[in-house]
Amino acid sequence: MSPARLSVAEDGGATVIALGGELTAAGLGPVWQRALAAARRTRSASMTIDLGAAEALDSAGATLLIALEQAFGGTVEWRGLTERRRGLIERLRAAIPQGPLPRPSASRSAAPGFRQTLATRIAFFGQTVLAALALPAKLRFLRAADFGRLGERAGYQAVPLVGMLGFLIGMILAFQSAVPMRQFGADLYVANLVSISLFRELGPLLCATILAGRTGSAFAAELGTMSVNEEISALTTMGIDPETMLVLPRVAVAMLVMPALTILMDIVGLLGMGFVLVLFGFTPGVILAQVASFTGPADLFLGLVKSVVFGAAIGIIGCRAGLTTGGGPRAVGEAATSAVVGGIVATILLDGLFAVMTYRLGI
Amino acid sequence: MSEAAAPDVAAPAITVDGVAQGFGGREIFRDVSFQVANGEIFVILGGSGAGKSTLLRQMIGLLPPSAGRITILGHDVARETEAVRRDIGVMFQSGALFGSMTLLDNVMLPLTMFTDLPGAARIEIARVKLGLVGLGDAAMLLPAEISGGMAKRAAIARALALDPPILFLDEPSAGLDPITAAGLDQLILELRAALGCTFVVVTHELSSIFTISDRCLMLDKTARGVIGIGTAADLRDHSDNPVVRAFFNRKALT
Repeated sequence: MSPARLSVAEDGGATVIALGGELTAAGLGPVWQRALAAARRTRSASMTIDLGAAEALDSAGATLLIALEQAFGGTVEWRGLTERRRGLIERLRAAIPQGPLPRPSASRSAAPGFRQTLATRIAFFGQTVLAALALPAKLRFLRAADFGRLGERAGYQAVPLVGMLGFLIGMILAFQSAVPMRQFGADLYVANLVSISLFRELGPLLCATILAGRTGSAFAAELGTMSVNEEISALTTMGIDPETMLVLPRVAVAMLVMPALTILMDIVGLLGMGFVLVLFGFTPGVILAQVASFTGPADLFLGLVKSVVFGAAIGIIGCRAGLTTGGGPRAVGEAATSAVVGGIVATILLDGLFAVMTYRLGI
Repeated sequence: MSEAAAPDVAAPAITVDGVAQGFGGREIFRDVSFQVANGEIFVILGGSGAGKSTLLRQMIGLLPPSAGRITILGHDVARETEAVRRDIGVMFQSGALFGSMTLLDNVMLPLTMFTDLPGAARIEIARVKLGLVGLGDAAMLLPAEISGGMAKRAAIARALALDPPILFLDEPSAGLDPITAAGLDQLILELRAALGCTFVVVTHELSSIFTISDRCLMLDKTARGVIGIGTAADLRDHSDNPVVRAFFNRKALT
């Protein structure tokens, strides 16, 4: 193929714009602007467009010819215009929209304000609580199979990740604190430090982060896709409320798997710590006795209570993000982001609340 | 459809030779062979599950056939997929417009990716394409803001962006009201008249078939292949196959 060629000449008071080669979308790039500029500059009374050397003309080429004609403003004389080319130009001329390109409407980019977002979230929390209260009358909307499927994804499939992270965190905590504490001959107390922080804080907190990242986002994406596909509307019109059928099982599963994951996290965290302390020369018996003497079931229990509350918050936030998904291709992604961010923020806020409460109550 | 690039008119635009498709031991069709001439509007029809869309996906290179060979303008679809993609435009059943882009940006995308035209030229060409399908005023709308019929028109405009010689349309009139569907049929005829492209249209709308088709190919689920090929009137009046006759006479098979 030969690229488009342009030559401009004066011929007895008329400007002749000759276009040759392939006047197609692929070939016109280099000459488009120059041809248009030549047509605008033309001051002569008449303009001739010569297509004698044109090898091909597609709708991009025809669009250029029409643009040349409009830029000149007067009547154009054509050379080398076959019947087929004339037909194409005529058809496209009729199709060209008049006037400038309209501005895109501004309303679509307006995101809901802070107040509206807060109101949606509080309303959703209320709906979920109401759905839970009304559950006895609507037990048939719960499907047992959902619990198994959701539990497997949220709990069982998270076990390897929780195990690996817990062991590493236990090791890192023990190692980082053992080095400075050894200077005071207090490295055995690393066991106290790590176990108390794992049981009361890190266990539930890390599990909540993992749950928010793995499960909260999955809830949001799944419910968000359902909402985009009008499946939620279908449920509503069937008289099945999505809170009961979709949200409650998910929140319940999140609350159920969290204590289990937290216990796992605590155990492997202690194992990781024990591994480091054994390397520092302590026997497992000594370490175990130290842990048992300093931490009690109350610490473990506090951690488990926290984990259940965190699980509920992450479940509710994930489902809320999914069910309030807007339209458009980015909506599901935004819902997943909102679920993870919201879940982690809520977890930290609740953890702060727990810290104040336990301090006041002296637990 | 540029004149010089158009190959020998006598040579078929598309040749399908002994194509078969199966999914996991389940055979959809076998030994499907036909040719589509340049400038022809060729309709693939058949009931649900007959493999119409499967055959279309094979022809546009999204699904390698289990057996057989498809050639488009002399290029083997399976081996020279890149070359084939430059010669075809596809309108998917749902329109498949990119939801985050305005209609204008949707149509401009191929121009931006594959030509070195200046921005103003790309906008002008895209506007003409949208005008050609009757969406001149909707250029700045998002796909979510338009109706199903408009989405299909916009998808056709996007398929036309680079003036491909062959257009594939998957169920252009599905899910549209009869008036919009008839408008789309007119559009297809107009586009062929103005641009001279070849069309392969998958549909099961009888009115469409009689309005637009030069020839049709009918696939059938039970026969697992072609049960009729020819002009719509021919198939209606002279076919020996009871399924073909039932289809064209809108009768339920008993």
